Amino acid sequence: MHADLDEIRDSFGFFDAWEERYRFIIDLGKSLPSLPEADRTEDRLVRGCQSLVWLVPSFDAGARTLRLDIDSDAHIVRGLIAIVLAAYNDRTPEQILAFDMEGLFADLDLLAHLSSTRGNGLRAMVARIRQEAEERLAA
Amino acid sequence: MNRPSSTTAAVADIARLRADFPLIQGRDDVVYLDNAATTQKPRAVLDAVRAYYETTNANVHRGVHQLSDAATDAFEGARARVARRINAAAPSEIVWTRGTTEAINLVARSYGGSVLRPGDRVLVTELEHHSNIVPWQMACERAGATLAAAAVTPEGALDLDDFEAQLGRGDVRIAAFGHVSNALGTVHPVADLVALARAAGATTLVDGAQAMAHYPVDVRALDCDFYAFSGHKMYAPTGIGVLYGREALLEAMPPWQGGGEMIEEVTIEATTYAGLPFRFEAGTPNIAGAIGLAAAIDYLEALDPRAVGGHEGELLHRATAGLQQVEGVRIVGTAPDKGPLVSFLMDGAHPHDLGTLLDRQGIAVRTGHHCAMPLMQRLGIPGTVRASFALYNSTADVERLVAGVQKARSFL
Ligand SMILES: Cc1ncc(COP(=O)(O)O)c(C=O)c1O
Repeated sequence: MHADLDEIRDSFGFFDAWEERYRFIIDLGKSLPSLPEADRTEDRLVRGCQSLVWLVPSFDAGARTLRLDIDSDAHIVRGLIAIVLAAYNDRTPEQILAFDMEGLFADLDLLAHLSSTRGNGLRAMVARIRQEAEERLAA
Repeated sequence: MNRPSSTTAAVADIARLRADFPLIQGRDDVVYLDNAATTQKPRAVLDAVRAYYETTNANVHRGVHQLSDAATDAFEGARARVARRINAAAPSEIVWTRGTTEAINLVARSYGGSVLRPGDRVLVTELEHHSNIVPWQMACERAGATLAAAAVTPEGALDLDDFEAQLGRGDVRIAAFGHVSNALGTVHPVADLVALARAAGATTLVDGAQAMAHYPVDVRALDCDFYAFSGHKMYAPTGIGVLYGREALLEAMPPWQGGGEMIEEVTIEATTYAGLPFRFEAGTPNIAGAIGLAAAIDYLEALDPRAVGGHEGELLHRATAGLQQVEGVRIVGTAPDKGPLVSFLMDGAHPHDLGTLLDRQGIAVRTGHHCAMPLMQRLGIPGTVRASFALYNSTADVERLVAGVQKARSFL
């Protein structure tokens, strides 16, 4: 089950205290499906993240959509992954490349609440997904 | 150890020392528990640096003019101050560096480069900071030597049997180990380690980065050949550090960087090098940093080391006891002798989760592998959360840490 982007936007609109935002992010992370241990391999690690992030992409040739399974060993990162996936998962490469992820982060006021190292990790994950989308377009 | 002198004022009330640190005073929104990464600076250090620039600034060792003389006096006075603090035989045994990392690189490059032969080994420990691993790997690679690491016990102490066994092979040329572990806080029995290494014919380097703020260090009592440390971890500015080296060894070592300040005479064909310690100090040094470091030493020495040690020990004790009360928290590193830092994990939480939730509560800790990835691999953990204390931390800081961890637990 993937979180719905509109619901995420709505929920963030209601938060005042940092506690509420973080509880929500952590709970999103808890609802994110885990990758099987066998898929958590070295070659699937996303570089640039402080905690471990594994990304397994697959392409549905019929629907022309990208399926992304992403996991991390940290709860907060899993929550951020859930937000990114709400925007990206099961979309076409064109949709992924057209999506304004920085705009979403700004709307949710996410990066301001993340340390710069974690913000960079988040950007590294986004860059990795965009690269995947570009490769599908070129293929 | 060093010299409890009559000028040492006993500090009855450590709490009033907080007022000496402008950042600690000015930022009461932050509980600063990342002192092993870098400490805050007392006003005395900030004033010394400022006064130097406002009254004495000139380049050292080269001018005929009065300002340059005054700057040189202050700079060389700082060197002598460091020499006295660690009981070096002479100021010429004190080489200025940018920090611990550069000091170890200097030894690995210059000394390692001239003595290591194929088949030799350099012995470190599994507890080392990357700064005390990577320079040796590079030196070993250049020389065809091998790097070995003495094992750590599950409690986070050095396995002395393994250390001795490694030395017993008779091929260890250099043994390099930390004084206090930055990742777990373990205090190593350095004098014993040095004695064992020397008996096995090895030259010794001690990484003192985490020791200098907390203990009086006497390099001659330790009997080590080299001792490296950073100013910024002992209340002094960043960008200044020290390599202590035994004169006979430094004397025989080739320079490692070329440039001004380190020469006697230069022709296009050849250069004769300056004497100690200038041969290892190419280029204009960090004059203000050296003066700031001397001021930090003055500051530390005006305090009663037993009062400071007792206070920091109390912080460690309370933090350890408090964290152990939180369900699911496990202390990593339970050696009997520890410096004032505590590393810990919480069941089901990544160190970064905990670190982030503490940060949101204004508590500054370090999370991750603490530049000791081999140690984390050995302990089979991704990293830890580390709270490290300095003399200006209070028991209230410890209470906020424990309460913060408790609150974080409710999120996870
Ligand atoms: C034990 C130890 N060694 C070496 C270093 C490196 O010190 P610096 O970065 O000041 O050179 C550190 C600092 O993190 C340390 O804790």
